[in-house]
Amino acid sequence: MNIIVSTIDKVLNWGRANSIWPLTFATSCCGIEMMCASASNFDIARFGSEVFRPSPRQADLLICAGTITHKMAPVLLRLYEQMPEPKYVIAMGACSCGGGMFAGNAAYSVVNGIDKIVPVDIYLPMCPPRPEALFDAILKLQKEIKKESILTRKEFLESHQLNLKEENGILIRKDYDELY
Amino acid sequence: MNFLLCKFLEFIKTINFSEHIALVLFSILPFALILGFLILTVIGLVLFERKILGYFTQRKGPNRVGFWGILQTTADAVKLLCKENIEISSGDNFLFTLSPIIAFAAIIILWCIIPYNAEFNMINSSVGILIYLIVSSFPMLFHFLAGYSSNNKYSIIGSYRALALTASYSVPIIFTILSIICITNTMNLNNIILFQTKKWIIFSNILGFVIFYISSIAKLNRCPFDLSEAESELVCGYHTEYSGMRFAMFFLGEYAELFVMCILISILFLGGYLPPFNVYLANIFMGNCSLCRYLIYFEQTFWLIFKTLLIIFSIIWIRATLPRFTQKTTLDFFWKYLTPLTIINLIIITFMRI
Repeated sequence: MNIIVSTIDKVLNWGRANSIWPLTFATSCCGIEMMCASASNFDIARFGSEVFRPSPRQADLLICAGTITHKMAPVLLRLYEQMPEPKYVIAMGACSCGGGMFAGNAAYSVVNGIDKIVPVDIYLPMCPPRPEALFDAILKLQKEIKKESILTRKEFLESHQLNLKEENGILIRKDYDELY
Repeated sequence: MNFLLCKFLEFIKTINFSEHIALVLFSILPFALILGFLILTVIGLVLFERKILGYFTQRKGPNRVGFWGILQTTADAVKLLCKENIEISSGDNFLFTLSPIIAFAAIIILWCIIPYNAEFNMINSSVGILIYLIVSSFPMLFHFLAGYSSNNKYSIIGSYRALALTASYSVPIIFTILSIICITNTMNLNNIILFQTKKWIIFSNILGFVIFYISSIAKLNRCPFDLSEAESELVCGYHTEYSGMRFAMFFLGEYAELFVMCILISILFLGGYLPPFNVYLANIFMGNCSLCRYLIYFEQTFWLIFKTLLIIFSIIWIRATLPRFTQKTTLDFFWKYLTPLTIINLIIITFMRI
């Protein structure tokens, strides 16, 4: 039994890890670095991730490149929900990791970290991160994917469940107060 | 197929197998062989395109998975197979599931019409080219139904664009094929190839070749005519709502159609499986031995695939070079310039025959 499971795991994880197709989603300056990553000097294609899908139905990875405002938050949530399993999220840039220079009360309109809306797999700080840093994040995500197993799939899905409530017209996590 | 059938029956007699089952097997085995080759070819073609596009834009392309990135598309296939299949809650779910299947199945039929060498030609019909034209209109119809059934704004716009494009490229394609039938006096693909033993049709119908080449790029839904899935305007066109294996069906079908269309171009204009200057390499190196007879069949397939890959390379080159045309420019180009040019070409060819 263990042999079968581990073989299936190996094949599946090999496939999933080596063909991470990102969604074309960029909200601000980090998007410029993301475009740069797919251009000739850096070339994201080497890792098999150059297939930027415009439709979330065909994407595996949501690279959240840029600031997410409260008005943009429902859109991000919807895009995440439209993606089919297995799906992963990279929070790219300081703004999407924890608000960046808009953190706390510095700006009324910015979500302080997208992990309040969608579950994040890899945090990639810096303002904005260089393309090499994005590659590092993708390689780390590949390592994470290779550790997955179909036996623990249920727990993985539960940890990636959305757990949101609306407060004053703003989407936040239900367990927000316990976490922070 | 008669020579192959004789060899197969001889082989069956040596292993004492039932002849009736063998005859049934013989009508199934070639199709299974073609299906296997189709999937392998598509996986290779996608990698070929990604690598070539990479080098055209001064990148390396996929090079991490396997040696030189060879297993990249295999990884993609494994991933797409095991991805979640999203069903639509509104819209026509039956058509939604059916359209990718039929669009892909039609292309398998196209693969079976093609003569790969003088012997291996599964459906050797006297109206082969007519069958090709009819069956090759199926994928486009089911692309439309896919967009229609997914109940999505972008899908339906993409579908209507695909329909408008179909109407405009069909006329040049059919008229060019008519001019070839006019030259060769036959609709059988094998006879069209054998007609070109002395001179390839491209030399007597150069205008037809250019028109057919441009129209087939539009038929294959590729840059610069990929209006129906324009990524910057419509999210993905008709397959916006498709995920997992259903999307992979469209993806596979697109590349399988690219390959078979380029085979058709090389059959109609570049002599198909005939070698250049009509001299077989096997005859040069081996003389007239008995082994040569078998080797020539393989060599014919080699020449067909070689010519096809050259055309595919040029189509990828065009994709790497040209931006997408707008809807108006494309329709203008096809209706105002290409269609009249095709009719003039047909008239010239007809007069040359007289």
